[in-house]
This record gives sequence, C-alpha cells and structure tokens, in this order.
Amino acid sequence: MAETIIELVNLTKKYRSFTAVDHIHLTVEKGEIFGLLGPNGAGKSTTILMMLGLTEPNEGQAKVCGIDPTRHPIEVKRRVGYLPEDIGFYDDRTGLENLVYTAMLNRISEAEATQKANALLKRVGLENVDGKKTGKYSKGMRQRLGLADVLIKNPQVIILDEPTSGIDPQGVRAFLDLIIELRNEHGLTVLFSSHNLHQVEQVCDRVGIFVQGKICAMGTITDLSRQLFGDADHNLEDIYNSFFDEGGVHHE
Amino acid sequence: MNDKRWNHFFKKYRPHDAVAERPSAFTHKTNIIHPFWVMVSKEISDQVRSWRFIIMAALIALTCLGSLYAALAQFGKQSGSAEDAFFFLNLFTLSDGTLPPFTVFISFLGPLLGISLGFDAINSEQNRGTLSRLLSQPIYRDYVINSKFVADLIVISTLFVALGLLVLGSGLIALGIPPTADELSRLIFFILISIIYVAFWLNLSILFSVVFRQAATSALSGIAIWLFFSIFYSMIVDLLARAIAPKGMLTEGQAVQFQNFVLGLMRFNPGQLFSDATITLLMPSVRSLGALTMEQLEGALPTPLPIGQSLLMVWPQVTGLIAGSILLFGLGYYLFMRREIRPR
Repeated sequence: MAETIIELVNLTKKYRSFTAVDHIHLTVEKGEIFGLLGPNGAGKSTTILMMLGLTEPNEGQAKVCGIDPTRHPIEVKRRVGYLPEDIGFYDDRTGLENLVYTAMLNRISEAEATQKANALLKRVGLENVDGKKTGKYSKGMRQRLGLADVLIKNPQVIILDEPTSGIDPQGVRAFLDLIIELRNEHGLTVLFSSHNLHQVEQVCDRVGIFVQGKICAMGTITDLSRQLFGDADHNLEDIYNSFFDEGGVHHE
Repeated sequence: MNDKRWNHFFKKYRPHDAVAERPSAFTHKTNIIHPFWVMVSKEISDQVRSWRFIIMAALIALTCLGSLYAALAQFGKQSGSAEDAFFFLNLFTLSDGTLPPFTVFISFLGPLLGISLGFDAINSEQNRGTLSRLLSQPIYRDYVINSKFVADLIVISTLFVALGLLVLGSGLIALGIPPTADELSRLIFFILISIIYVAFWLNLSILFSVVFRQAATSALSGIAIWLFFSIFYSMIVDLLARAIAPKGMLTEGQAVQFQNFVLGLMRFNPGQLFSDATITLLMPSVRSLGALTMEQLEGALPTPLPIGQSLLMVWPQVTGLIAGSILLFGLGYYLFMRREIRPR
C-alpha cells in the first residue's frame, strides 16, 4: 500500500481578490477512497480542476500519479477519470455511442471500445437500454452512464463530484457498492466529493473537510472523532457540524 | 500491470463465446485513429444529421436548381452562339430576370450556411455539460475548436463541390458542349472562393459561440451582422458617398479617385469581396474592378483576360477574405483557450 498517488503541496488558487483554494496540503494513497466534504463554494471543485490541469494554480504544486497536471495535463488525464457533477452527454446519441466516443478519444480502437463499452454498460446495469438516446435517460441512468464513461479509459484514479445526486436510494446503494467493488478489484483510488455525509461515511476510508478554501480537518472518521471530542463514538455528522455550528469555523 | 488488471476485468464481464474465440491479435490495439480525427468525424456526423444542415443544404440546392433553370431558359433566348468564348460559364452568371444567378444566391445564402453551422459550436457543448467531460479526456484543448472548424469546413467543401459538379453536369446535359480547360479551372477557383467566403462567416459564428453563452444570442448576432452587410451596408456607403461627394465640376482624375474611394469603402463588406472575386473569375471580360480613366483604357484590346490575369486581379479580394477568416478564428481560439472551463 502506502504508495502516494495524489499529492497536493501548498496549492492555491485565487480569483482576483477572492481565494478559492488557500494553501492546501493533501496526500491520497493508492487504493484509498477519500471523501471531500464541505459546503458549496468551499473550493472542492476548484481543487479537482487543478488536479486535472483544467485550471492553473497560482501557487503550490499538485502531483497526480507522480505527474504535474499543470505541465503535463494530457498524461494526467490519461490516468484519471473525472465524473463532474451533472455530467453531460451527447443527447442525440445512445449510451453506447457516447462511451465508444470517449474510449476512442483515449486511443482505443473502435472494436475494442465497443466491446469494453458493452461490458461496462452491463456492469452499471444499463445493458437493456443501450439503444436509447441519452437525452431520454433519467438522472440516475445518466450518473451510472457517467461512471461507465469514467471507467472506460482504465483509470488509476477516479474523481467523482457529487455522483449520487438524483439517484434513488436503492440506486445509491448499488452505486456505492460498485465503487467499493472497483476499488477492491483493481486498486483504484477514488476521490469522492459529496454533501451527503451518510454516504461519505459508508464508503470513504478518510475524509478531508473544506472550509473557505482550507482543509480544516483530515483523517479517518474515528481519528477525527478522537481529535475533536476525545472519544471514537461520534459520527461524521457530529464532526462536520462542529465546524459550522456556533461559528466554529476556526476550530483548528 | 494496470492493463493486466483490466483485461481480467473485461474477460470477466464479456460474453463467454466471444472470449473463447477471439484471437489475441484482434484484441490488441489495432487501427487506432488519432483523437483529433475521431472528433472531426463525430462533428461531421453531428452536422450532417442535424436538421438545420439538412434545411440549409436543401435550400441552397433548390435555389441552385432554380437559378440553373433560369440560366438555361435564358440560353434558349440568347442569340449568342456556342462558339462564343466562355459560353459555359454563363450557366453560373446568366439569368432571365425571374431568379438571380447562382453566384448571387451563394453570396446571399452562403453566410447563412456558415452561421448556421457554427453558431452553437462551443456554447452548446458548454450548456450540455459535455465540454468538461470532453476536456477531462487526454486531448489538447484546442482540439475542440479546431476539430469543429475542420469538420464544418469539410462539410461546406463537400456541399459546394457537389453543387458545382451538379450544375456542371446538368449544363453538360442541357447544352451538349463540354467546358474548356480554362472554364473548368475558373469554376474550380470559383468553388474554392465560395468555400473561403462561407468559412469567413463560419469563423465569425464560431467566435460568437465562444463569446456568448446562449446559442440564440450567438445566432442572432451572426444574423444581425449578415443582414447589416447584405442590406444596410451599401445604403450607408451610398449616403456617405452622397454627403462627401465633391461639388461642382470634376476633373476625370478626381471623379475616378472619388469612385475608387467609395468602392474601397464597399470592400469592407465581405460580400462585396466575394462578388468582386466571382464576377472577375466567371466573366473573363471584366478587366477592372474599379473605375478607370479613358487614358488607362486606351489601347486596351476588348478580349477576355487569361485566367492567370483574372486571378491576379482578384488576389487582393481573396487575400482579404482569408485574412478576415484567420483573424476571426484566431480571436475565437484565443478567447476559448484563455477561458476557465467549469462544469456547467
């Protein structure tokens, strides 16, 4: 284990006077499921974008799979799958066509892409609707297709931004199980950003809580509970709320 | 090692018969297409399937047939004989007055085609949320805008070459005389210039699609500029010319100078550049695009120009169109590359 796959050092992003991400340090190891928590606008998405090389940090450095995404974004994107919140597909194409397109952009031949896409559609439970245009998909189906889309490039790391929003409870269960399965089978590293504390608690090995562009707590849930309350009995909700109740933002 | 893992994964989830029979060479990465061309072919198929392209192509094909019919009708009435030089080119420029000739249609509808192909190039990807998904694939960002431009250019070129050949073929059947090599090369240049002209408007609308988030705003801005240039611009230049026209008696030189100044103003209109260029190419008897003094005309032989000379004459117009296209595309490219892409 203990092979570092994501390393953020002093990473900072400023938009004019506003600091979206403020000197954060973060290390994620291979095979870990890491939860990113925090309110809207706390800098989670910006951090993700910097990890993918989609936006440049003003200060500090990111390393994903040992590569600097600012300098070599293509190499990073070859290894990292990103599922944005509310993913978009080409609505006038079928799920299969959308997947094959993504695969071919990753330099997979059409024959192999089709084969992989069919396997993945089966895996995410969309094998019976592959003739349907994605424009007619429900929200939950789109999220599942999104996961297949992320997996088709054989990533080492997957970044999921609010992946479970809009899926029904049973679907969420299956989705989360699938993520854990994938991690166990292939040693995938997963970055899981969510507002749903319960889900994060179910799947994540460690969590990082973002507040106003800073990571104000990081570790396993038991560790955090010990740090904050002196015992291991508190759940993630208590931990999370302790940062936002009674102006406790400066809890550090 | 990563590969091995995934092969295992896919073996597991593949139908069994397929796994057993498939030779390993087949699953090996063969005939991989470069991502850029994957994107281009996807864009082409998107365009060709889209209703707006089908409608625009049908509209242009219909007007093309209409003007062809009008031209052929005029051929019947004309007293000129087939021995006349450049008889065949009349097919594109002649009209019986009911419908304008082919070139006028192209200069009018071409921009609309360009605008309709490009107005939602970038903003629709952004609004559908596909842009961030696309950019998280291992491709360079400029592939997105470049592939769209190349795909649209291929679509336009195919359409125009097909139309040109269609008119040529019908002319051949109706008239029964083949075009000469000179005429054919003039036609090829005409098609080429038409493509450049439409590409100019395409680039304008791609630029708008980068600037405006709403596809409707981008389309309307493009159409507004098209209407401005095709209808109002010449009126404005006329007004201006009347206002600044020198009063009283003029020497010949002054008159020519003034005329050329007004023409110069007109040539800020890309449509004017296009019609200058096509008229010169398709009517070899056109010797000058501006006003000439009697002095300059003295000793000139009333013969058609050779193609080299015609080309030389339209070179500034063609260069202007190309330069304008590059400028607009460059601006769109710059703005697109500088933008931060966020999921919608």
